[in-house]
Amino acid sequence: MSEAGGAATRPPELDPWEDAALVARLLALDPTGVGGVVLRGFAGPVRDRWLALLRRLIAEDTPFRRCPLNAPDGRLLGGLDLAATLRAGRPVAERGLLAEADGGIVILAMAERLSIGTAARLAMVLDRGEVVAERDGLTLRNPARVGMVALDEGAEPDERPPPALAERLAFHLDLTAIALSDTGGDPPDAAGVAAARTRLADVTMPDAVLEALCGTALALGIGSARAPLLAMRVARGIAALAVRDAVTEDDAARACRLVFSTRATRLPPPQQESEPQQAPDQPPDGPPEPQDAADKPAEAPDPPPTEESPETEEEIDPQQLQDLVLAAIQAALPADVLSRLQLANAVVARGAAQGKAGAQKASMRRGRPIGTRGGELRAGARISLIETLRSAAPWQPIRRAQRGPGGTAFIEVRREDFRLMRFKQRSETVSIFAVDASGSAALNRLAEAKGAVEMLLADCYVRRDKVAVVAFRGSTAEVLLPPTNSLVRAKRSLAGLPGGGGTPIAAGIDAALALADAVRRRGQTPIIVLLTDGRANVPRQAGAGRDQAQADAMAAARQVRTAGVTALMVDTSPRPQEQAKRLAAEMGAHYLPLPYSNAAGLSRAVRAVAET
Amino acid sequence: MKLALLLSAVDPRIGGVLAFGDRGTGKSTAVRALAALLPKMRAVVGCPYGCDPEAMAGLCDPCRAKSEPQSRMVPVPVVDLPLGATEDRVVGALDIERALTRGEKAFEPGLLARAHRGFLYIDEANLLEDHLVDLLLDVAASGENVVEREGISIRHPARFVLIGSGNPEEGELRPQLLDRFGLSVEVRTPDDLPTRIEVVRRRDAFERDPAAFIAKWHKEELKLRRQLVAARDRLPDTAVPEAALERAARLCMALGTDGLRGELTLIRAARALAAYEGDATVIDAHIRRIAPPALRHRLRRNPLDDAVSTTRVERVLAEQFGA
Repeated sequence: MSEAGGAATRPPELDPWEDAALVARLLALDPTGVGGVVLRGFAGPVRDRWLALLRRLIAEDTPFRRCPLNAPDGRLLGGLDLAATLRAGRPVAERGLLAEADGGIVILAMAERLSIGTAARLAMVLDRGEVVAERDGLTLRNPARVGMVALDEGAEPDERPPPALAERLAFHLDLTAIALSDTGGDPPDAAGVAAARTRLADVTMPDAVLEALCGTALALGIGSARAPLLAMRVARGIAALAVRDAVTEDDAARACRLVFSTRATRLPPPQQESEPQQAPDQPPDGPPEPQDAADKPAEAPDPPPTEESPETEEEIDPQQLQDLVLAAIQAALPADVLSRLQLANAVVARGAAQGKAGAQKASMRRGRPIGTRGGELRAGARISLIETLRSAAPWQPIRRAQRGPGGTAFIEVRREDFRLMRFKQRSETVSIFAVDASGSAALNRLAEAKGAVEMLLADCYVRRDKVAVVAFRGSTAEVLLPPTNSLVRAKRSLAGLPGGGGTPIAAGIDAALALADAVRRRGQTPIIVLLTDGRANVPRQAGAGRDQAQADAMAAARQVRTAGVTALMVDTSPRPQEQAKRLAAEMGAHYLPLPYSNAAGLSRAVRAVAET
Repeated sequence: MKLALLLSAVDPRIGGVLAFGDRGTGKSTAVRALAALLPKMRAVVGCPYGCDPEAMAGLCDPCRAKSEPQSRMVPVPVVDLPLGATEDRVVGALDIERALTRGEKAFEPGLLARAHRGFLYIDEANLLEDHLVDLLLDVAASGENVVEREGISIRHPARFVLIGSGNPEEGELRPQLLDRFGLSVEVRTPDDLPTRIEVVRRRDAFERDPAAFIAKWHKEELKLRRQLVAARDRLPDTAVPEAALERAARLCMALGTDGLRGELTLIRAARALAAYEGDATVIDAHIRRIAPPALRHRLRRNPLDDAVSTTRVERVLAEQFGA
């Protein structure tokens, strides 16, 4: 059990590969219990090595299936096996990929591009441990106790697997930080994992440790009840790997670090941060509380002697334990997570998990076939040949009998068999609002602009469009809201929009255009709605003058036209500006001075633009 | 949410429950628990739709033809509508097996038939595909499912309580479907520590030893079931005084809800609540308690105002009852 020992006394620095290897062992140990792992990082040797490690850790005969991104429902959940049905003359069900992987691991390729629909199906399977499908005249119910590895190749922070899926997977591993030379370490110990599996059911969980787990989740602002549950199972797994009968606080701390650090939505309240510092004079089994990553491991070599003691002593103070666990997590929270949290807090107090959830929804709708439905063949409709045959197959004996002898057709297809391809609305539009929140605009009518945007949002809701908001002020532009159809979020992000500062129109247009480009890559149609007074005074390069700022704005505007993105320019200045008109002309945008248009007129204008 | 589910079990005519909330708040778990709670019902033997032998009007055609139908007790169906279900399985279609092997045309009832007199549960209701939503709307409105396919024409009763759950961040629900739900509740994670620990502990206990867990809670379940049955018995005798009707009407007018469904649901839900709590008449307290879930999704709303519709109901409630 050299591995297990390694887990308890880990090297002085937090070695990311060590964590990754532990995750692989835990996943191999109890795939169903922990759900799986989101593996962030591009395809490459590090990821391959991790997957190979996982493969070697699980038993040889355990299924290890790869699920392509666009697997149709029939393949994923199961359905009628067309070829076998025709051959056998009776309905033959085909087990879906998930059912085939029962007891093993499913690898989800390009999980960041999974649709929410598919994610919901996968989540259902994870929740129930079986596939239930009502398809093609069959009711299928197959066990599918699987662990999932979601390969997340998202390049942008926004590109993440759907939250419904990520929520149910215990680990979120980031491989981008691991260099190939850091990989390696212990050889895979499949036998050790198998032995731990037999012990897993007998590992007990002291109440105090459980309370600390839940308390930690609460302190970190993790709303979902799934997170502590997963952490509990992970802690059990760690204990089982380390050949212990009960979960120790060290196991719990490690489990929390693995499970909670990427889920945290806020930092623990300061009073709990400061408390550990007063802790040293508390019971002997509580080593001095670590405050940062460097201190934490110094305590790690100690545990072996203390490990046995907490179980025999019935006194573990949950509060103290929770602080210990929190400290470990804070050490593991990556720096950018903290800054992101602070940013989110600064803008507006959001509900738990919301900051991340919206961002992750970015890549959900694409212009691709999403299934079939029955219907008439009409101009423009595309028939799905396989599905049509599939629905015609079962009725052949009846039809042959009705037709009587002498028919020549091998398979008789009737109108009611027709299955048409369904596509995600090709016309789905994403309206990108680039809002000038600078001082000059604020002075004039930021509030009115906000009102106009809200009106447009309501209109987008009716048309089921998505909206995104880019705000520019000071020296930069930021994407306040990635494309979403949650109007509540859109409204909230607008309400929290602060005003003041310079007018970096060029930066604003650039940001909107970048977003439009991303939108277009997803097969949606972007529309840029620029709300500004057109008086740029912040150039792209700091230090250049106001004239340069204006020239930059024009250049950015030309790029919009070159890119062929439909645009609408709303002039928010008190009286129509020549500059704004020129800007609109450069963009090839429709120009609409706000003084002449109330919000309703604005909304009509956007609709008119969208329909051209 | 628990109360809303129980009330819809007391009086199915309330019209279903919609539970919206964040991930991991136990929405699906609560619905699945309902199945175990429901007392058994009497159904015609051999009827694929589980017709009620005592309600002559609502029988399917074959049952009506029988003069003296035999009946037995069956559990109330709680049917899952899984995502990715195909249309033919929802409404029913020809029996493939018999068509292939014997060349016969026989109707095979779908999920809607199975859910008749029971509950139809749609997890992630907001992700349901549009053509299935259309179907459900039609059937839920008429209480009858009509199937025309392969030259057979079948109509059978399909009256069920619709239960939906979902996460509003993943997409909104179509207003028409929203309107079909009688009560709508928001589910939140409890944010006090002891409750959360208890949730995790119970779940863990269940996973480690399901049988013992079920045995432990069986008594509680029985108690709840008795309460439910008693409430059903009391329901017809629970009076709704004029004053309560007026209250409800005033409330709905003040809130500007569309149509009369709001009032009807409110009154039915208040009556069910009174029956559930053992009161003989509906009083203001009942209405006040049940108004937010019964009305909050019916406000003629600015679509952006979703977050505050509960507050709006609360405000009007305070005005109406405070005076």
